[in-house]
Amino acid sequence: MTIRTIRPNRGQHYRPRMHCLQKIEAHMVEMQDPKSGLKGAEQKLNVTTIPHVITGQDIIAWLLNKMKVTQEEAEAYGTMLVAYGYIYPLQNHRKLVMCNDGSLYRFQTPYFWPTQKWVAEDCDYAIYLAKRNIRKKGVLEPFEQEHYTHLHTWLNHKWDFIVMQATEQYKAGKERKKPDRVVLDCQERAYWIVNRPPVRFCNDSRKPFFFQNIFYQQAIMRSKVKSSVSLGALVKFVNTYKNHDPFLAPCLPSNPWVTDNDTYWTLNIRRVDQCTKMRVERWSFSFFELLSDQRGRDDFKSFLKKEFSGENLAFWEAAEELKWGSAAAIATKAAVIFKTFLAPGAPRWINIDGRTMGLTVKGLDHPHRYVLDGAQTHVFLLMKKVRPTAERGPLKTAERGPLKDR
Amino acid sequence: MRGVTSARQQHQLAEAGEPWWRQRESERKRPNTRTSSTIPSPLCASSLKMACQALQSGESLATLKNESDSLKKKLEEERAKLHDVELNQVAEKVELVSALSIRTRRVLKGHGNKVLCMDWCKDKRRLVSSSQDGKVIVWDGYTLNKEHAVTMPCTWVMACAYAPSGCAVACGGLDNKCSVYPLSLDKNENLAAKKKSVAMHTNYLSGCSFTNSDMQLLTSSGDGTCALWDVESGQLLQSFHGHTADVLSLNLAPSETGNTFVSGGCDKKANVWDMRSGQNVQSFETHDSDINCVKYYPTGDAFASASDDGTCRLYDLRADREVAVYQKDSIIFGASSVDFSLSGRLLFAGYNDYTINVWDVLKGNRISVLFGHENRVSCVKVSPDGTSFASASWDTSLRIWA
Repeated sequence: MTIRTIRPNRGQHYRPRMHCLQKIEAHMVEMQDPKSGLKGAEQKLNVTTIPHVITGQDIIAWLLNKMKVTQEEAEAYGTMLVAYGYIYPLQNHRKLVMCNDGSLYRFQTPYFWPTQKWVAEDCDYAIYLAKRNIRKKGVLEPFEQEHYTHLHTWLNHKWDFIVMQATEQYKAGKERKKPDRVVLDCQERAYWIVNRPPVRFCNDSRKPFFFQNIFYQQAIMRSKVKSSVSLGALVKFVNTYKNHDPFLAPCLPSNPWVTDNDTYWTLNIRRVDQCTKMRVERWSFSFFELLSDQRGRDDFKSFLKKEFSGENLAFWEAAEELKWGSAAAIATKAAVIFKTFLAPGAPRWINIDGRTMGLTVKGLDHPHRYVLDGAQTHVFLLMKKVRPTAERGPLKTAERGPLKDR
Repeated sequence: MRGVTSARQQHQLAEAGEPWWRQRESERKRPNTRTSSTIPSPLCASSLKMACQALQSGESLATLKNESDSLKKKLEEERAKLHDVELNQVAEKVELVSALSIRTRRVLKGHGNKVLCMDWCKDKRRLVSSSQDGKVIVWDGYTLNKEHAVTMPCTWVMACAYAPSGCAVACGGLDNKCSVYPLSLDKNENLAAKKKSVAMHTNYLSGCSFTNSDMQLLTSSGDGTCALWDVESGQLLQSFHGHTADVLSLNLAPSETGNTFVSGGCDKKANVWDMRSGQNVQSFETHDSDINCVKYYPTGDAFASASDDGTCRLYDLRADREVAVYQKDSIIFGASSVDFSLSGRLLFAGYNDYTINVWDVLKGNRISVLFGHENRVSCVKVSPDGTSFASASWDTSLRIWA
């Protein structure tokens, strides 16, 4: 049985993976430098005065000067700064572009900068919308209304908490001075425009067809196997296991449910002196069968110890524990695994190819549940190769029946 | 609104024994595009944006519909090209199954009302069962001892699962939640006090299953979604959107074949999902009515489904098609539950006409009918070592057959 993955997932959707962020942040800091950066002015917007406002022209001029690029490049980069949320427009706040004129912009506070550490959560967005709802007394922009309705259904079980948080934040907001409040509102609104862009959705009856078409296209492209091959495999499996199926062949000494005699179970516990013939035969069907049976795994472990390659199984077990364990423990487990198995000079260093090792170690910077999958597969295949040697030796603990080569 | 009936109607329906929360076919409206089924994940803003931009390129509804039809036809053609043989042809050389002498070996009595769900423990003899009156009981099937009993604060506990370690059980139903109860060795301890609410849905919980460890829980719900939860923190790890009606059942693929699971629902679809990305990988729509249960073949390359249309079907994942239909003119009532024997040769199916049918998976014929229950069979599960299978029924009992 080969190991298959449905789709190669390098964990991309777990983090934004934007190396450019560091470079942009460096520019942002320079731009706000009191000596060499941009000078902001005060601007009257409606009734309030907003400090530190800059015009699009000034920003682009500064970029032209600093980065020594063409006008077009500077405008494009300026638009990127707005699109990613480092600078936000004051006037046409929904259109995230940098205009080379007197349009007004402000620097976004670092708190709201894009970050690798966390994703903008639906829950936070719901709190923000609820707060806006309270403030505007139920009048939200159409796209906000759509998002609000959707979140209300999806996060219904948390809605009391959300409304409570929103009310608290609203009350706290009222305590602040008006200019500060307006500034904070603008910043928060800009943050959410970047992270939850206003898109027209739900009212479009074409949407389901569009997604359905994508699904069909993917289904057509997916590799399929001939019926004779896949059905042949099903039949082969049945034939391999038919003697092990208690409904088709008698289990020895007897089926506990039929005779009220549970010897069958006591003969097959983990720590038994002599394994039954049937049990060992089953281990020969596939490597996974061997690993799934605790006793098989124990025996294989002792074999590997003798061959001084026990770290492979230990790593495989640790990777399984990481994959299926609790979310909170992922970071600590990943660190321990790195120290024990992957770090150069580690006590139980596993011997995998350079590319896999490189990718795995890199992935461990931002550990997630599946970060060790590549390495784990590699180790699994390594152990699988070793198995036939194991079978000839220590796994021969009982008189064996006809072996099936895998 | 889907699923809501007046208190009086509920009472009447409950008396008749009908699961009133399930939207009947006659009442079902077209899915509301407002909460469109095919949005891949809630508020996946980037993909929505991409979709809207593409839509804005001006394709009309008619064009999209035509494209959809032609793509569907092309998919069928692609599948047909690879369809070079039928299952029973491949199975011609396989010897027939000799007569089976399956009988009831244990009857577990103790529930006061309809038993809705059950699950085996990995130790091959213990099982947990849940019923309409809110009781969840852990039994030693071999000795008939009741080891633990918990009363849930809700009725119709439709889903229950045993943790792989054997140290906890998860259950849920009309409370829209799935809660995990650690099982203690102290018989006097009040289990309800240690209850941990893990999953939260916006409609009833129809199915739950632990993954390879006690730390993650997969749930399916009447709200049309499935979800993966971290037990310790109650955090939602991944959600799965794609069904257009209640999801009634789910089953995890055998560990060897990777991180996928299959779900079946009232929209007659069986969907295969990738647990890591939340994507719907494959979809099958050949049943004529609600799919009540889905179960993987032991290799993980195929799965079976049981439906209200009275048939059970086998789907091959690698060939991407339905390969067998297990039906008989005399079987009129819906099938509620299926499970495979250890070798995958036998398919045990429980029906609403109080019987259990044993099918030959490869040859497609029915091997035997098992009588004994006095009301609908709600759940059928083979024990972890394949030595027996258990059936739960609305007649308030569970039976173990071997």
